Amino acid sequence: MKTFIIHFLIAFIGSYLYFKYGDPMLPYNAFWAVVVAVFIMFVLWLTTPFYHRTYFHKLPRALNFIAYFLKELVVANLRVAYDILTPNYRMKPAVVAVPLSVTTDLEITLLANIITLTPGSLMIDISADRKLLYMHTLYVKDNDLESVKYHIKHGFERRLMQLTR
Amino acid sequence: MLDNINFLLIREIVSSVLIIIGVVFMTISTIGLLRFPDFYIRMSAITKGATLGLGLILTGMGIYFNEPDMFLKVMLIIGFTFLTSPVAAHVIGRTAVRNKIPFWERTNLEEFKDYLHKEHSAHRDHERDNKQV
Repeated sequence: MKTFIIHFLIAFIGSYLYFKYGDPMLPYNAFWAVVVAVFIMFVLWLTTPFYHRTYFHKLPRALNFIAYFLKELVVANLRVAYDILTPNYRMKPAVVAVPLSVTTDLEITLLANIITLTPGSLMIDISADRKLLYMHTLYVKDNDLESVKYHIKHGFERRLMQLTR
Repeated sequence: MLDNINFLLIREIVSSVLIIIGVVFMTISTIGLLRFPDFYIRMSAITKGATLGLGLILTGMGIYFNEPDMFLKVMLIIGFTFLTSPVAAHVIGRTAVRNKIPFWERTNLEEFKDYLHKEHSAHRDHERDNKQV
């Protein structure tokens, strides 16, 4: 995680300086800026096996996680938008207690933030012993609370644990 | 080959499409704020729709103005919005539960009963203490 943040900052500032003060061969626009930043990160990633072996395996998983999160964000937003624009409510809200497998502060904070950013689900509280996470969710099919829990645990939490352990 | 492409036109089209999608998302979430049945569902609609809409509008703006400084600032604004808006939503929701804002009658509260009972009785104790002072 620390390595990723350092690499990200290096790539960001590197491409920024390249286009601001360097003599760019490419025309400046957002697309080429992103390409240059990704290229710098890729070169840095190829050097990681010499000093940080686990990071070499974690970056593809991190990209997978980000892609999954963006997909969930757009799909859930469209679902809520559809419900707003049609006259009948299709939603069946519920408050679910999700049992947590993650333990540290960082993991719980990230998981809670991601759950709250996904539309249709809102985190309300964590129980005092950090075992349960109370989550307000729309869209529960046929009162099947277990499937909601399964979705959270195997979608977000499993990927998050692969990243942080 | 790169000289033949009209970059200004491409930029204008891409940024217009992004900004229009963002505005549509924000409008829809505002309609949701007006017509959803209870406090929690309304808050779900408004916070997320506004966050995604803001991200899309700012990305479109950064692409249109086409300067490194602008893109840097836009990226920073989007990052901080995505970090802070769920925290605000969580705090508002938690305060609403503590202040006994009712849920929609069709909400399934089975797993939440214990927590609600504990929270509200604790709250009642708190009020009683305040009265004694």
